[in-house]
Amino acid sequence: MSTSPTAAPPQSSGADAGRNDSARRPAAARRASVWARRAPLLPALIFLIIMTQLPFAATLVISLFDWNSLYPDDRAFAGLANFGEVLSDADLRSSVLTTIILTTTVVLASLVLGLAIALLLDRSFRGRGIVRTLMIAPFLVVPVAAALLWKHMLFNPEYGLLNGSINWFAGLFGIDNPIQPDWISEMPLLAVQISLVWQWTPFMMLILLAGLQSRPGDVMEAARLDGAGNWQMFRYITLPHLRRYLELGGLLGSIYIVQNFDAVFIMTQGGLGTANLPFSIYQTFYQAHEYGLASAAGVLVVIGSIILATFALRVVSSLFSEEGSR
Amino acid sequence: MSAVTTTAAPSANLAQRGKGAFLGLLAWAVGLLFFLPVAWMVLTSFRSESDAATNPPSLTAPLTLDSYREFFGGGASPWPPLINSLTASLLSTLLVLVLALPAAYALSIRPVKAWRDVLFFFLSTKMLPIVAALLPIYLIAQNLGMLDNIWLLIILYTAMNLPIAVWMLQSFLAEVPASVIEAAQIDGARLPVILYRVIMPIAGPGIAATSLICFIFSWNEMLFARVLTGVTAQTAPVFLTSFITSQGLFLAQMCAASFAISLPVLAAGFAAQDKLVQGLSLGAVK
Repeated sequence: MSTSPTAAPPQSSGADAGRNDSARRPAAARRASVWARRAPLLPALIFLIIMTQLPFAATLVISLFDWNSLYPDDRAFAGLANFGEVLSDADLRSSVLTTIILTTTVVLASLVLGLAIALLLDRSFRGRGIVRTLMIAPFLVVPVAAALLWKHMLFNPEYGLLNGSINWFAGLFGIDNPIQPDWISEMPLLAVQISLVWQWTPFMMLILLAGLQSRPGDVMEAARLDGAGNWQMFRYITLPHLRRYLELGGLLGSIYIVQNFDAVFIMTQGGLGTANLPFSIYQTFYQAHEYGLASAAGVLVVIGSIILATFALRVVSSLFSEEGSR
Repeated sequence: MSAVTTTAAPSANLAQRGKGAFLGLLAWAVGLLFFLPVAWMVLTSFRSESDAATNPPSLTAPLTLDSYREFFGGGASPWPPLINSLTASLLSTLLVLVLALPAAYALSIRPVKAWRDVLFFFLSTKMLPIVAALLPIYLIAQNLGMLDNIWLLIILYTAMNLPIAVWMLQSFLAEVPASVIEAAQIDGARLPVILYRVIMPIAGPGIAATSLICFIFSWNEMLFARVLTGVTAQTAPVFLTSFITSQGLFLAQMCAASFAISLPVLAAGFAAQDKLVQGLSLGAVK
């Protein structure tokens, strides 16, 4: 909304100014002015290129070697053998599947929950600001601490709050031995998913709430006067308006959750079928010292990320130009 | 909304209000449910170890500062990791600002030609997974003798947060109206004066929010810190991982540690609440 008058004019006025300059000034001065424009950009750009592109180039090179740091003398060029090994490795393949399941379920669940809560918070009621603040808190707990809290304080089968509450409620109804599940052993992936949904729902809620509050008021009023019911309003006005916010939340959430390491590392140590790709790569490199193999897996993750990023960038870019054109 | 209430019959009005009150209560219930683990963490941190681990849970057990005393004064002191985290987060945030502010200026106020492409290049680097760069960075750091050195983390966190910071600052700086800058130029103001007197007051809150978000991400980071540091440069989240497989009674102390280490982020996040959305959505949501 507000980028349109702001982002576009500086660009056009800047371009106009550049054209006027070029008509009057000689070529050398023009070049100097172009570089004066670029100069503030260069330190950040160069730093980022060095810090991101070089390591990935190195990963690509290492992925072609048979290299285990425990046997440094056996390092040899292996061609694409590592990639074959990665693709035929059952553990790594299952971690690809785990990553996909973990990311999609967590993103979808937090989007749906976030939308429901954003709809609740969009109405005015007593203490709305306080509830909004309470809702943000889970996102602001350090991820390592959040995973520890879920593992020990909430999911522990003996003294965790979850089983404790079941026991307490059962006691109210005079039930002696209520079920006391060992959450993490019995449903490891679900346990990780729940802890991540708890952390990411506030994020989605914040984005969707901002979306709800930017709905055009006149359209809503007109629809009301035309006798639209709540469901019709939601289905035909709110949901289409929210589409791009849902996409944005989903994509940003995916970028972070695909890379999630902390929750898996802390809650299950990658055991019980919860190892995702970041954890498997960490383990291949840090515990098994298989540098070549870890790099090959890393290259495959990068390729996957590029595919994901292409979609993500397209969505962000369409948001960007949509805002610019309005 | 008002149209409906004025035309509806009184009984429908009452039903409407009852429904409104119910939805308000529901919002409170959901908010409290999400907050419950945080509240329970704080409460448990003030319990004695034996009171913390009871089933069913006790709301009325006496409060004590024992676990904080144990955490700050017990076996391994948390101060070096906390100071390391603070150093890494503050210095990397400062470096990010030094690099990102001029870049954002060249992408919004006095933009280069291909500013959109450059902006998207910055964002695309954020989508490359950190874990794939871990090994080369480890090897390079090993060769340079930079392992277990806080400066390594400072540089890495700077690179990690730079793309987000450039995006956020670009969107905040773009809010400065071009007409205001032109007016200042016509009045003969030079660049430093314009930066300080015109741009800073308008973009100041946005710059503050950007800093807070960079601080939060650096403070939270664990994978780099775990692989690349040992004893001297250990950070607070790595210190926390020692609770993963603790034996015996440790719940109150774990909660105290989690709360103490989350407190700076909670404070920073609540302080930046209003700008948090715009920052986290890379400026796409206002």
